[in-house]
Amino acid sequence: MESLPIVSAILVFGGTFFMVVGSIGLIRLPDFYARLHAAGKPDTLGEILIVLGLILYDPFSLITVKLFFLSFFILVANPTATHAVAMAAYKRGLVPWRRDQE
Amino acid sequence: MNRRNILIFKFFILFAFWVLLSLWVLDPNYPGKFDALHIVKGLIASIIVVYLLRDLILHGEKIHIKFLRAIPYVVWELWQIVLANIDVAYRVLHPKMPINPLIVEFYVPYKGDMTKTWLANSITLTPGTITILVDDQRFIVHALDKSFADPLLIDQTMQKKLMHVFMEGDYDSSS
Amino acid sequence: MDIVKGDPMDILGLFMIAGVFITISIVLDLYRAFSGPTVFDRVIAVSVIGTKTAVIIPLIGFLFERPGLFIDISLSYALLNFVGTLIVAKYLERGELWSPYL
Repeated sequence: MESLPIVSAILVFGGTFFMVVGSIGLIRLPDFYARLHAAGKPDTLGEILIVLGLILYDPFSLITVKLFFLSFFILVANPTATHAVAMAAYKRGLVPWRRDQE
Repeated sequence: MNRRNILIFKFFILFAFWVLLSLWVLDPNYPGKFDALHIVKGLIASIIVVYLLRDLILHGEKIHIKFLRAIPYVVWELWQIVLANIDVAYRVLHPKMPINPLIVEFYVPYKGDMTKTWLANSITLTPGTITILVDDQRFIVHALDKSFADPLLIDQTMQKKLMHVFMEGDYDSSS
Repeated sequence: MDIVKGDPMDILGLFMIAGVFITISIVLDLYRAFSGPTVFDRVIAVSVIGTKTAVIIPLIGFLFERPGLFIDISLSYALLNFVGTLIVAKYLERGELWSPYL
């Protein structure tokens, strides 16, 4: 297919956009638990989009299998790491920020 | 699936992974090696890993997964991830940042560990919610806004879907 | 080795631009790693930097036109980052890694 590199570039730029959004959220948000939202989720989706773009760039080779396993692993591992850190913070008594107690 | 069968199942999964990575004859740029030495190495490595981690996952409890029902759930889940991140991107880039975080707590009637794990991961990947604590049928979840916590508390779509996948509900109506 | 399809210079240039954006987002996350008021902010910032590194390495591999060399490194680093985050979260939750009394 002739247009495959273009689709791949669109996916890679979409993933980069989500990663930049995630890091902007990590700076802007006021509280640790809100920053977990901004760090964990756009990071995972951006990473999956970028890896999908790289898979489509050179399909049907050994690299496809390895990239697929990389994306599947990060899809499962990122929420688990996020939950582990959130549980540690909650058990240590970190109180979340609420909007009505400025 | 009792315990011995689960270990054999894990061994086959690992060995299939090894074979898949070492044998790839479609691409002339990356020729795979598939001789006796690599097969023996794969067998030994798979056996060692399965023996060392024999207590780690799938303890031998009775797990009822219908894989055919899990695939639509995973597809629905991936779509929820895309929706989640578009919404988080909107809230982060908005100049006034409309978030109003709150913590909710609810109970689930699951008995199996794997079901609770899938639910915790799905909650973390879903718009605006993060699982904070899982404590034997009690879930504590942090949500960015009240509109994110309502599908978990009131509708309970995700719990019902997982109950359907893992056959956790009444066993009589499973077909 | 002719593994690219389409015009190689354009698409690889786009990959390089995407890589620059990801590096900028890594620098923004470093700000949070330095100045997070709690230790949990720093842990999650390091985990996010690790995920972004694990996805920028295959991108660089495609820029060098030898992707088979870099993907194994990236898979190992994603695993290492995940395990490291879990260990630090476990230590922060309990105050110790394993109990000497068991």
